[in-house]
Amino acid sequence: MYTQYKYWRPYISPNDPCPPIEIKSYSTPPHLYIGFQPSGLPQFQTAKEALKKGTLWPQLYSPYPNPQKRNERS
Amino acid sequence: MWYYEKKLQYPVKVSTCNPTLAKYLTEQYGGADGELAAALRYMNQRYTIPDKVVGLLTDIATEELSHLEMIATMIYKLTKDATPEQIKEAGLADHYVSHDNALFYLNAAGVPFTASYIQAKGDPIADLYEDIAAEEKARATYQWIIDQSDDTDLNDSLKFLREREIVHSLRFREAVEILKDDRNTKKVF
Amino acid sequence: MPPEFYTLLEEIQANDFVIVELNLFLDTHPDDFEAIKQFNAHAQKSMKLKVEFEKKFGPLMNFGYSYSNYPFNWVDTPWPWQV
Repeated sequence: MYTQYKYWRPYISPNDPCPPIEIKSYSTPPHLYIGFQPSGLPQFQTAKEALKKGTLWPQLYSPYPNPQKRNERS
Repeated sequence: MWYYEKKLQYPVKVSTCNPTLAKYLTEQYGGADGELAAALRYMNQRYTIPDKVVGLLTDIATEELSHLEMIATMIYKLTKDATPEQIKEAGLADHYVSHDNALFYLNAAGVPFTASYIQAKGDPIADLYEDIAAEEKARATYQWIIDQSDDTDLNDSLKFLREREIVHSLRFREAVEILKDDRNTKKVF
Repeated sequence: MPPEFYTLLEEIQANDFVIVELNLFLDTHPDDFEAIKQFNAHAQKSMKLKVEFEKKFGPLMNFGYSYSNYPFNWVDTPWPWQV
């Protein structure tokens, strides 16, 4: 199972002027792991929901901002 | 040829008169990774790409034009009826003195659109890799605009547009796979 | 515009969005029979929805893809960015 966000810890110097962001993240949306979309993937139940999500297939849906946002600013 | 349909692809709502946000959104209007660049890039690559992927380039180019219209709608609504004072506070006074509230193909820093933002190498793999990169860069730009915006209605439309970049990127990746595959290629040497 | 304008318009937008999604999918999956059936079903629904919308709110398309009333009502507001 893949995750839609990856995290890393940048090097922190005592000479950095801004308060450090200890954990940084970047987006890795689902299409990076699909390659070639298989036929017959499950679809959103209604056309309206597909429109709201921006795709017909839940497996291609990528939320932003990160819903499980960790303490990136701490 | 193209036909115009009197509707947006996705509803665009804006909660506040906010010319500052309009300035940021200009990046997706006339910027290097914006919707105009995307539409023109794909439309123009169609003529020399293998026939199997011409349909895809045509359709994504057409969808990008509808995204350009959504971005224009956002900029229009965010600046409609804004006073010269509000325009000035948003850092748009230098735009205003030349254009009033008119939209123009610029990036967020005010640099006019140029054809050098796009490429057509004539090599199908090079062109499709450029297209994939363009979609990822546009996705990133939407992320950074959403980070700067606290307009929830506007962000709803921006999240839709970000998701479209993901679907387009997947389709271009599939196009690369189609061109790599030689199952149905006639071998004539 | 009355609330009905927005609800009908959004129904068209939702149905047409599914068509766009399936169209791009079929561009790279031309042999997917189920997707083609779904595409055609949504295309048919799109025509029905637009006939209903146009009767109430005027033409959606230019150059002959919609009929006109008298006087020519293609030019009437609101345009998409104004609604």
